[in-house]
Amino acid sequence: MGKRSVVPFGPQHPVLPEPIHLDLVLEDEQVVEAVPNIGFIHRGLEGLVTKKDFNQMVYVIERTCGICSFGHGTGYCEAVENVMNVEVPDRAKYLRTIWFEMSRIHSHLLWLGLLADAFGFESLFYQCWRIRERVLDLFEMTTGGRIIFSVNQVGGVNKDMDKGMLQKILEDMDVIEKELKQITGTFLTDYSVESRLKGVGVLTKQQAHDLGAVGPFGRASGIAYDLRMTGYEAYKYLDFEPITSDVGDSWARVDVRIREIFQSIDLIRQAIGKIPGGEINVPVKGNPNGECFTRIEQPRGEAYYYIKGDNKPYLKRVRVRTPTFANLAGLCEMLKGAEYADVPIMVLTIDPCISCTER
Amino acid sequence: MEKVLNPKNEIVEIELNQLLLKVLEMKKAGLRFSQACAAWINDRYELSYSWVNNETFDLTTLRVYAGLETIVPSITELIPTAVFYENEMAEMYDVKIDMMNLDFKHRLYRLKEGLDAPLLPEDVREKSEALKAGQREAAKEAEEKEAK
Repeated sequence: MGKRSVVPFGPQHPVLPEPIHLDLVLEDEQVVEAVPNIGFIHRGLEGLVTKKDFNQMVYVIERTCGICSFGHGTGYCEAVENVMNVEVPDRAKYLRTIWFEMSRIHSHLLWLGLLADAFGFESLFYQCWRIRERVLDLFEMTTGGRIIFSVNQVGGVNKDMDKGMLQKILEDMDVIEKELKQITGTFLTDYSVESRLKGVGVLTKQQAHDLGAVGPFGRASGIAYDLRMTGYEAYKYLDFEPITSDVGDSWARVDVRIREIFQSIDLIRQAIGKIPGGEINVPVKGNPNGECFTRIEQPRGEAYYYIKGDNKPYLKRVRVRTPTFANLAGLCEMLKGAEYADVPIMVLTIDPCISCTER
Repeated sequence: MEKVLNPKNEIVEIELNQLLLKVLEMKKAGLRFSQACAAWINDRYELSYSWVNNETFDLTTLRVYAGLETIVPSITELIPTAVFYENEMAEMYDVKIDMMNLDFKHRLYRLKEGLDAPLLPEDVREKSEALKAGQREAAKEAEEKEAK
């Protein structure tokens, strides 16, 4: 048995955009155990339920995260709409779907850039974030915001897209697709990239299931679980299949996320092609009375939104379970047996979002 | 792969003493443990443990109720991934969970010292604190008695 030592990883680390701490128990250079510690940026957003009514809570829940903000707003609104039996107009469903898929593209591109930065490929990092910038411009054009849009409301959305905007989105999707194709080859076939990712951090399908892995992290291990297949919003009208891989390593996670960006581009095109006219929201009367667990597929995976109300404007409970919270256990298991030098890349491949996790 | 529109989404109420048995059943049925959370509603805890079928997307949530003083058994021996959820319930709501595999001792979220169970209503939090103080005193008295 080699010499055992405990090496702290984080909360401040060059690959971590947000703070998480791991106590890594090493035997020589090999990780024997990883004990996670969070809690550096807990904000108590769920506690605000006593101070904000169920309509105002949309804006609170959107601030759970700066990357998947739109998804959080959508998930929360869906939960309230389910409890109140509100039927959202089809046009609002399509609009939510378009913004949601644009959010997925921007989230995955952000992550790809961070990964490239982590394995020292700076020009690839710049390329990813340059492409992502175009999506942020589209957000700004359609909502006025680049990160948090505040377009969701219980009963639909509060901003519409005109023909010109939809056309511009289609044109920009063509450009993004073309530019993404150029960097895909580098991510998936470049020798130096492969050497940092292939065979690193392997998680089998069984492990992924037992550890509750969700999102691209789970799908890269062969779990075909994508909640968009349950047809919420306009997904029931769109053709797509969950994107999976059987490889289960860090490279497979890149592969799955890149293919998901192309899939999102396709979904946006389909949605724009089919979007109906009509209202974008319906008036909501009364207060939520009842409870509901609603699930949606965020860019990082399955997210839960639980609400419980008793016919008053202030809900009794709001709970958000984010994908990173579910994937932490998988990360710790995956780290066992890993080389110390691979730890930063492996932590990054679950696409950790700590703001989401701690709320 | 076919779309599964409107998968099952149900809440099943069970007795607290059935919890571990039901968790074992869910695990044996090949379901994935996906979340657990607490709420304080109508003067009692509502604890929810959710399970998902990865193929059919069906969601089943086991619901147990517990009082302020009730000791809730940890499911982490059966489901190690529940450890963060249980620690969150303990820290945010002061749910008394017994035998957690990894107990952060109310420090998962590193809340400000003295800010215990922030999601409990204030009056309930005070009651909970009083109960704990009473228990500490009783334990101290018992210790002194034993020493004599």
